[in-house]
Amino acid sequence: MKILVCISNVPDTTTKITFTDNNTQFNINGVQFILNPWDEIALARAIELTDGGKGSVTVINVGEINTEATIRKALAIGATDAIRIDAKPHDAWFVAFQIAQYVKTNPFDLILTGLESIDYNGSKVAAMLGELLLLPSVSIIKKLTVDGNNATVEREIEGGKEVLSIPFPFVAGTAEGVAEPKIPNMRGIMSARTKPLTVIQPVEVKTFSEVISYETPAPRGQVKLVPADDTAKLVDLLHEEARVI
Amino acid sequence: MSVLIYTENAEGRFKKSIFEVVSYARAIADQNNTTLTAISIGNVSVDELSILGKYGADKVLNVTNEKLKNFVNQAYASVIAEVAKAEAANIVVLSNSFSGRGLAPRIGVKLEAGVVDGAVSLPDQEDGKFLVKKTAFSGKAFATVELTSASKVIALTPNSYKLVEKNSAATIVDFNAEIKPADFTAIIREIIRSTEKVSLPDADLVVSGGRGLKGPENWAMIEELAELLGAALACSKPVSDAGWRSHSEHVGQTGISVSPNLYIAIGISGAIQHLAGISSSKVIVVINKDPDAPFFKVADYGIVGDAFEVVPKLITAIKKYKASA
Repeated sequence: MKILVCISNVPDTTTKITFTDNNTQFNINGVQFILNPWDEIALARAIELTDGGKGSVTVINVGEINTEATIRKALAIGATDAIRIDAKPHDAWFVAFQIAQYVKTNPFDLILTGLESIDYNGSKVAAMLGELLLLPSVSIIKKLTVDGNNATVEREIEGGKEVLSIPFPFVAGTAEGVAEPKIPNMRGIMSARTKPLTVIQPVEVKTFSEVISYETPAPRGQVKLVPADDTAKLVDLLHEEARVI
Repeated sequence: MSVLIYTENAEGRFKKSIFEVVSYARAIADQNNTTLTAISIGNVSVDELSILGKYGADKVLNVTNEKLKNFVNQAYASVIAEVAKAEAANIVVLSNSFSGRGLAPRIGVKLEAGVVDGAVSLPDQEDGKFLVKKTAFSGKAFATVELTSASKVIALTPNSYKLVEKNSAATIVDFNAEIKPADFTAIIREIIRSTEKVSLPDADLVVSGGRGLKGPENWAMIEELAELLGAALACSKPVSDAGWRSHSEHVGQTGISVSPNLYIAIGISGAIQHLAGISSSKVIVVINKDPDAPFFKVADYGIVGDAFEVVPKLITAIKKYKASA
């Protein structure tokens, strides 16, 4: 089985988010970039499914040269090879279009993404890839098992889950539960240096969206502390003042 | 030019988040002096469909094809895009639900439309532009996105737009959608409903527990508190990682983001990753024995105290309040 895992290079989860240039640019000063946590789950499951010579795992990233450390990390975790499409990832449409172009001439049995990237949280690339490649897509899965030419996936729904059977090839976005992220070992780190990382050029595509500005949530007022033995006071405040119960 | 909404149903009923979509899209239709059409797919009664009119839909297209009874991402996207074209709708709005997040991008590609997911406010259409604010960096920030395409798709975050009742009625029309066999390769085997009474992403009230509760055996009081309030249950990442609670309750940057009216955090210190997922809650209550817990810095109300003493007292106080109300 040939699996493609789409990966993003995102700010570490502990990053305090600030902006520059009159709130039009994300301030990357001092920010550590990592492999998107959801993509780590996709990658871990892909490696499990192909373990023991049962296939290959290619990782693909749309990004400039600065994302290569993250790509090497994915190779160290266990991906077979990597593709970098050399462009700034303008938006989900741009990223999905570039990856779809590559897949049209390099088909895969399964394409995985994380359910979203933790910077823009769009959750769009999986479904856009499905539409562009005319493949089924399931955007948020919690479980993925293989059964011959079909996969069984569990999809999260409000108040439950749905179990689907899907023939390969298809696209899915992985959430918690699909696999435990893997930590690279020393052998993986050493071999990652020599695994193939191919850089290809982007194709031209019209874009439909632009980020104009950013803002951070309005700060909350000072917390009102209620004595631990006066829970009735808290109930009163929630009812009378906050009006939420 | 018109506005189209997809009103997803859960077992034949519309949730509050869908009426929020109707209210939101009604306001967009008014901004543009145009009509609002809703499309419902599946088995929904006329009574239920007519509620869409109450929130401002002018027309409801009712798709009841047997093959479309259950949600199939590809097929639903085809039907919605087909209707958008037939109705000359240039703005499509849906809920940023689990299903909506799978649909919006597909509809966007079909209509060559820019897509804003996780929208939190009405579009700003001054100077002929179309700007929509959305959550970004997992709730740590907002981004304002300009859609430059002729067609636009917006997925609205639940609990981010107020319901507005209109004294109006909608015309309900049956719509026979074209069925494309190629859209039906994914087959639903089973739908498993969880036993939880309130689903977390839709909840108005959320009671959340952290590592301070020491173990899964101590969740009975959290469940009792949630039950009393009609709240959904949530937890922090260490709790779901340890297997104390299911991953579907994990709220935070790598879990679910919620925006309830009330979020009660019990025994959660307030790591930046957790705060990201709850920052758009309207009111935050924190119960923690550590007065220096970072969670108090973003809370509206707080109690410094041991959860094992405070929560039972809080349950008693709420019971008393309920009895007197």
